[in-house]
Amino acid sequence: MAQITLAKALTNGLRAAMEADEKVILMGEDIGKLGGVFRVTDGLQKDFGEDRVIDTPLAESGIVGTAVGLALRGYRPVCEIQFDGFVYPAYDQIVSQVAKLRFRSGGKLPMPIVIRIPFGGGIGAVEHHSESPEGQFVHQAGLKVVACSNPVDAYWMIQQAIATDDPVIFMEPKRRYWEKADLDESQAEAPRGLHSSRVVHEGTDATVLAYGPMVKTSLEAAIAAAEEGKSLEVIDLRTLSPLDMEPVLESVRKTGRAVVVHEAPVTLGLGAELAARITEHCFYSLEAPVLRVGAFDTPYPPSRVEEEYLPDLDRVLDAVDRTLAY
Amino acid sequence: MTNADFGPDLGSVFGPSHEGEGPELVQLLTPEGERREHPEFSYDGTDDDIRGFYRDLVMTRRIDAEATALQRQGELGIWASLLGQEAAQVGSGRALSPQDFVFPTYREHGVAWCRDVDPLRLLGLFRGVDQGGWDPRENQFGLYTIVIGAQTLHATGYAMGLQRDGVVGTQDNDRDTAVIAYFGDGATSQGDVNESFIWASVFNAPVVFFCQNNQWAISEPIEKQSRIPLYQRALGFGFPGIRVDGNDVLACYAVTKAAMQRAREGSGPTFIEAYTYRMGAHTTSDDPTRYRLSEDLENWKLKDPIARVEAYLKRGGVADDGFFADVQTEADKIATHLREGCLALPDPKVLEIFDQVYSDPSPELAEQKAAFADYLSSFESESASTGGTV
Repeated sequence: MAQITLAKALTNGLRAAMEADEKVILMGEDIGKLGGVFRVTDGLQKDFGEDRVIDTPLAESGIVGTAVGLALRGYRPVCEIQFDGFVYPAYDQIVSQVAKLRFRSGGKLPMPIVIRIPFGGGIGAVEHHSESPEGQFVHQAGLKVVACSNPVDAYWMIQQAIATDDPVIFMEPKRRYWEKADLDESQAEAPRGLHSSRVVHEGTDATVLAYGPMVKTSLEAAIAAAEEGKSLEVIDLRTLSPLDMEPVLESVRKTGRAVVVHEAPVTLGLGAELAARITEHCFYSLEAPVLRVGAFDTPYPPSRVEEEYLPDLDRVLDAVDRTLAY
Repeated sequence: MTNADFGPDLGSVFGPSHEGEGPELVQLLTPEGERREHPEFSYDGTDDDIRGFYRDLVMTRRIDAEATALQRQGELGIWASLLGQEAAQVGSGRALSPQDFVFPTYREHGVAWCRDVDPLRLLGLFRGVDQGGWDPRENQFGLYTIVIGAQTLHATGYAMGLQRDGVVGTQDNDRDTAVIAYFGDGATSQGDVNESFIWASVFNAPVVFFCQNNQWAISEPIEKQSRIPLYQRALGFGFPGIRVDGNDVLACYAVTKAAMQRAREGSGPTFIEAYTYRMGAHTTSDDPTRYRLSEDLENWKLKDPIARVEAYLKRGGVADDGFFADVQTEADKIATHLREGCLALPDPKVLEIFDQVYSDPSPELAEQKAAFADYLSSFESESASTGGTV
């Protein structure tokens, strides 16, 4: 079993999906010869040709809008949006067309489209390259939204997303692209379903809910907390829409405390939805209100202050301390 | 700033941009019903086909009039009339092969007719019982698209799919396929439409962009969208643009047929500007008396798309009174079909809205549906226990 980066795991997952189904095609800016700015599609155009790995003109609405047409013709397009902050020109096509065509057609026109978006900050980038727009897609009926946090999930989840007959917004934690893990590609099936959350660290004192880049941060917080004698249970949500609430509720009933961590601003972020549901379903188990650790309600700042701006281990621990103090 | 600083004066290059149809207008049947020849495009059909066009035009206008009446009677929430644009739609619609795929706006009732979509199905969207009641794959006729211009990208993507399926340029007329995207003059300002031109051009996609320039985007005249004639824009994108008399069914047929053939053969996209006029309001909610002159309307009445075909058929003795009477009878029949069918369209069941959001119901939606069903049924049991009526 080889150590593999998250980016490379995505490459291999895309390759496996393209080998399994010739209707799978990739579209995006610079994804051909260059292999994408993060090299996620490295070598795929060479192996599958320009008809299946399409370097598109520089227009995001065009990428998603033509993907709709290709899907109507029976293809399964996988669109790469180069950076989170560049998805907005495609927002109308995603919200008004991709998300609604199945519904509008009474189920006659499925939209098996995957839209890959590298998201989140922490790489010292200029503006528009560090955003976390996932909540805006979670809010849209008709879309499914997932976020991978590690190479093994990346490999399997991208294949599962492509095999889904519904549109999937696939959030990739860009600052974790270079994280490595052992990946066994010889398994016949994915270890778990696409829309399932997972306990990645067991604990008893408080539940920490995270996804994408914040899973690693939360795991580090759990280790640090353990040194202080606090036992944190960390759940990697993996699926943001639909949510997989059972593991979350089960954990919170056990710990009585929950902290949600994400890079997106807290107002109307996923943490707000999780807090509402936890409150509704675990009211009598809660020892403290659900707390949120996320971005402030400001635009993403210049990168020289992003380390202070982004939720980190200390801010997670601070929230844990506050929930334990109730 | 003088013109010398920035090259020639636009007016001298393109001529007065929107005054009249311009010298390059393709016309094969004059408003008086006289046939005309054009050096590049010719009508290759028979008089029998022209009788068929006449029938299509009359039926389309009648469907439109009946739907407008249904809206006035409160049976439709809104209707987007195509009055005046019948020739553009029938001419282009009849130029398609069965395998070609159509991406319409919300006003393509005449094209729908040519694709054998039951006009009753069109009413569902406007009555509020569905959001597209036909199967796009059955008639190769996509759902109506209300977001202006969005469908042009879908058309281009579909055309790219055709290329990948190997059904372009095989020289087999039953196999080779192309796409036609409909939109209006207002849509040409949309980013999506311009992006679709770029995509179609660089990928040489088999798509025909059919713009019905009806001079008005609700209240905004064409001058608010473009300083140059729309068809001249195509050149900048790298494919031919043609302006055709949109009220001339023969010209619309001939030009569209040539453009579709060109696309099927693998020679890429064409932009067709069908120069026409929106004789009615934008929709039944609109009031054009607030923004346009009635004399414009009177001028365009002289160019009516149906009158000129009727004049041609009568003058040449190509159709007799019996033919016209038969078409009239058939139009009455379709009107009855629409009226009776519209009133009988079943309302959707509110609990069904949960079923087609995803291919598999998410736990959240399943929960919401079940809870809502319980909530609704609580009223039933309440009224049952109090002996009330529903």
